[in-house]
Amino acid sequence: MNKASIVIIGGGPAGLSAAIEGAKAGAKVLVIDENGKPGGQLFKQIHKFFGSKEHKAGTRGINIGDQLLEEAKRLDIEVWLNTEVCGIDKNKKIWGIRDKKQSFSIVADKIILATGAIENAVKFSGWTLPGVMGAGAAQTMINLNRTLPGKKILMLGSGNVGVIVSYQLMQAGAEVVGIVEAAPRLGGYGVHTAKVRRAGVNFYTSHTISRAIGENCVEAVEIVQLDSNWKPIEGTEKILEVDTICIAAGLTPLTELAWIAGSKFVYIQEMGGHVPAHNKTMETTVEGIYVAGDVSGIEEASTAMEEGRLAGINAAASLGFYIEKEQEERTKIVWNGLNALRCGPFGHKRKNAKDKILASREG
Amino acid sequence: MTMDVKTKMEGFEMSDEIICRCEEITESEIVEAIRNGATTVNEIKKWTRAGMGLCQGRTCRRMIERILARETGIELKDIKPSTYRQPVRPIKMGALGE
Repeated sequence: MNKASIVIIGGGPAGLSAAIEGAKAGAKVLVIDENGKPGGQLFKQIHKFFGSKEHKAGTRGINIGDQLLEEAKRLDIEVWLNTEVCGIDKNKKIWGIRDKKQSFSIVADKIILATGAIENAVKFSGWTLPGVMGAGAAQTMINLNRTLPGKKILMLGSGNVGVIVSYQLMQAGAEVVGIVEAAPRLGGYGVHTAKVRRAGVNFYTSHTISRAIGENCVEAVEIVQLDSNWKPIEGTEKILEVDTICIAAGLTPLTELAWIAGSKFVYIQEMGGHVPAHNKTMETTVEGIYVAGDVSGIEEASTAMEEGRLAGINAAASLGFYIEKEQEERTKIVWNGLNALRCGPFGHKRKNAKDKILASREG
Repeated sequence: MTMDVKTKMEGFEMSDEIICRCEEITESEIVEAIRNGATTVNEIKKWTRAGMGLCQGRTCRRMIERILARETGIELKDIKPSTYRQPVRPIKMGALGE
């Protein structure tokens, strides 16, 4: 059985940032990722990020991905790709399968879970028809696989994912027939929403999908208006001709490894449901197992990177690579950055939600 | 769309759709299990096999939680997700023998 200092599961923005900080501190670091390329969702994020300059605002996600990979390479960080982790335990033993065939088992001194999230499905009549897919899946198709999922698209959900992916689908050559939002108000940042609106896309607030129509695949969609009690209003049904329905209805943290390891969980609706309770160093209730990024509560790539750095710094410090003062100083700097990201009307809500998670860990 | 909105939307009855695609379990089968006494996601799983297939409930578990909340009046925050087990990824038995 092999031994490694810090093992990071998931090589997205959080995982890579954690690895970089761990390696900078002098720890031996291993990143495990199930995909053929590290970077998580960054390489399909062709839009510019928000925040301050320190948070790489104005830089496209795809370029941030390249920067992180270059830095990881420079620090000689070991990355195992096409490697699926199948289980871990509280003693930090990790086992899994490489390249779909070879099993492995290692014991880590510290584990950082940066496994990300999965898109939520929404059920309506016909939701299993080919042509209904996650908005993130559609984004992978256009920006990574260079394939249009369809020509006429209906988007369900007006949050950032919904409007950003709608715009990118249009850039890729598809027509976005409409964006349906069940709430009476739109959910995304103004700048993204306005871009789509200026391009002529119809928004249907207080509407939902009542059914997808089609024999073997989506041929049309029926939408219906909702009253103030979220009940469909009879007679308001509209049929729109589409071949693809994209669902942007939020994400759920991929927490199975944290459950198996025995971490305490807390339910925070705004953070995507059940999330592992963790403290300000990102450590869960299982000693030596940390979380960072969407697995610790759904936010954004910019916050995921900061959380990754927190986990990396503190995992390394607990192995003796930093003295207490250095650990505190470095942690404080990252926390200042996180607090800056979590301000404003959108960020403030996330800050409150994150505070609830921190409180649950201490309580 | 927030989780809150989705919960409210799913408060109204829909036609009988497949919820668990791996095991092809419909909403009415899940509702029947609940009306027959299932009070947790784990019990629904054992009763119907919903969430027991290849993806281990990755797609359907949140929907099953919401159906359970709607049918029983238990709040979503109080519904415990079904148990996770190793391996958390589908793997071939042969790979374990290596």
